[in-house]
Amino acid sequence: MVCNADEGEPGTFKDRVVFTEVPDLLFEGMTVAGYAVGASEGIVYLRAEYEYLLPGLLEVLDRRRRLGLLGRNICGKEGFDFDVRIQMGAGSYVCGEESSLLESAEGRRGAPRTRPPFPVTRGYRNQPTALNNAETLCCAARILAKGADWFAAQGTRDSTGTKLLSVSGDCARPGTYEVEFGLSVNKLLALVGADEAAAVQVGGPSGTCVAPKDFGRKICYEDLSTGGSVMVFGPGRDMLEVVRDFTEFFAEESCGWCAPCRVGTEVLLRMLDEIRDGRGTQDHLYRMMQLGDTVKACSRCGLGQTAVNPFLTTLRNMRDIYTERLSAHEYVPRLDLKKAVAFSEELAGHRSEVKEE
Amino acid sequence: MKKFTFVLNGRDVEALEGQSILEAADGAGVYIPRLCYHKDLLPGGHCRVCSVKVNGKVANACTMPAADWMVVDTDTEELNEYRRLIIELLFVEGNHFCPICEKSGDCELQALAYKFGMTAPLWPTLSKNPPVDASHPDVFIDRNRCVLCGRCVRASRERDGKSVFGLEGRGIRTRIALDSLDGLGMTALGRNDAAATICPTGSLVLKRVGFTTPYGARAYDKAPIGSEIEKKEE
Amino acid sequence: MAAKPRVATCSLTGCFGCHMSLLDIDERIIDLIGLVDFDKSPIDDIKSFTGPVDVGIIEGGVSNDENVEVLRSFREHCGVLVAVGECALTGGVPSMRNLVPLKECLEEAYLKGPTLVGGAIPNDPEIPLLLDRVYPCHEVVRIDYMLPGCPPSADVLWTALAALLKGEEPKLGYELIKYD
Repeated sequence: MVCNADEGEPGTFKDRVVFTEVPDLLFEGMTVAGYAVGASEGIVYLRAEYEYLLPGLLEVLDRRRRLGLLGRNICGKEGFDFDVRIQMGAGSYVCGEESSLLESAEGRRGAPRTRPPFPVTRGYRNQPTALNNAETLCCAARILAKGADWFAAQGTRDSTGTKLLSVSGDCARPGTYEVEFGLSVNKLLALVGADEAAAVQVGGPSGTCVAPKDFGRKICYEDLSTGGSVMVFGPGRDMLEVVRDFTEFFAEESCGWCAPCRVGTEVLLRMLDEIRDGRGTQDHLYRMMQLGDTVKACSRCGLGQTAVNPFLTTLRNMRDIYTERLSAHEYVPRLDLKKAVAFSEELAGHRSEVKEE
Repeated sequence: MKKFTFVLNGRDVEALEGQSILEAADGAGVYIPRLCYHKDLLPGGHCRVCSVKVNGKVANACTMPAADWMVVDTDTEELNEYRRLIIELLFVEGNHFCPICEKSGDCELQALAYKFGMTAPLWPTLSKNPPVDASHPDVFIDRNRCVLCGRCVRASRERDGKSVFGLEGRGIRTRIALDSLDGLGMTALGRNDAAATICPTGSLVLKRVGFTTPYGARAYDKAPIGSEIEKKEE
Repeated sequence: MAAKPRVATCSLTGCFGCHMSLLDIDERIIDLIGLVDFDKSPIDDIKSFTGPVDVGIIEGGVSNDENVEVLRSFREHCGVLVAVGECALTGGVPSMRNLVPLKECLEEAYLKGPTLVGGAIPNDPEIPLLLDRVYPCHEVVRIDYMLPGCPPSADVLWTALAALLKGEEPKLGYELIKYD
């Protein structure tokens, strides 16, 4: 029974709240899940940056052992053995992907495994492994306490229950919010004090960038799916710069295993830079879309499959951020003559007679 | 082994339990383009050139086991567009000087680019420019030509019982690492190792044997890559 | 009879191998002369454009400022611009210098080479200024068609030219797309 507490998606900090405010709920959820699937070993894979939470969590685990809530014969129930240990993460974004997390937890390079087999068949040390997010396990504990009907009565038909959202960015009241699934972006923005929002990134960089015309959309699996990250961008933000930064993040975090993600994210970044510098053309957008589609379709894991989302979703929802920066010319050379001859001019002691176009 | 059938490009084909989609297709005389796959090695899933559609969803043919519920398409315009693009990306990731490469004509990357009709890669070049390591008496490694298919890594482990090669670094900085910091010459790599000759490009090349086959007689001069698999069916 | 289409050719940073290959069309060159007139080209030694040209053929990559100027003037004068051969398409063999920064490259060639005594980096004003790297033609001007090969075979050049003169798009079969 593994709890994914890697929480690496930029803009997500909801698990931190779980660990600081209701750690017992999480461990209870893990224990319940362990009982359900017949696991005796639980591992929390904790984000490296949360190392400062470790002493407190270890204390909670110790207390739960003393109370008979972990260990042998839990709550006096013969044969109900379950204990939890905490595995510190090693700091890579892709380790939030389940099979990379398992690789890392086993002490290897954090890179995805070939799937199938999936972790439920062969996971941690080749054992069948249930792997869930910290928030999911908290839900499990609450469902057992309050009943499935109570849980299902909240949210929407396809997304029952509540969702923890980590809201950050240009808003008056950033923080972690527990909301019912189905909440519209508009309502959320009112809640957090962001009436002026020009764009909202739902689900972190790998999610969807929502423009004001779509603020009526709902946060739930059947519409705007999110792991919890919600970033608000005010009217002063340069969204192309935001997309560029997100893309750079993914290029940086790509594990390098598969070609489309490794090369595709990097090439996309270069072309975004060309557009930013006014050297892009319509052809750029066309080719970048083809590139995005390929990286999305063919990459080996969720990182590559979503790494192009910042570009693809903004190209759909706010195309202006690109078109307004395109060159007026149909063709723009990659050669920057002035830069390209600078060294030779210095060496020769005279200027090139060939003019800039 | 248990046999079953699945639908491949609109017809029923037979497969053995445990076979990947790619292996089953090979058996049926259907060539699925591939680069990192090698029949003597476990699949790696690096290049994604063998991406196919399984019941409408993209899947990787060399790592996905075939199953009786599958309806697989391997040769659609959409898929070939993905493949062409991935190959073009690999050309700008490295520095591929075909005219002076020992592998030209026998290179699988080049052959795939021919098959998909690439005239020249048009993406911005990434200029990694790694140095060539010629410290080994019989083999050199030129990472400019490396596509990170991982074949040498797998061959060294699986076939040669060594671990001369590995992957290190992340993202675009990923590279083939050696088990010696002092160059290929100080590793346990032998001239007759599977790893020494399994490279699909000219990245790992035996010394002193280049340019022996005349133009026109090399592997992919006349017939596209994969023809040998497609012929089996006729 | 209408005027024959005009063709211009040039070699930037290349080896003239592509031009040699054009001569390798053998007796078809007589057909070609019947079909087209050559304007600026090393083949007839016309040094500057006499007017607008229908098809321009570029061999070689772009390694110095003079190459840039010539290539731009081809783009300006030619209706259809065809880049021919690996150097024009990718930078080719000359672009192997891209693996080394220009400064190191020049120092090795003119100052530090093991066979050099008292070397100096040439800087005569007549010598074109080297660019930081060798660029493929398509990174300098818009290119309409690309014919790969080192050199493209006579058949490639003939097939493509014949199609272009008929106003068709050149289509190369499997055996005609080669990078060496």
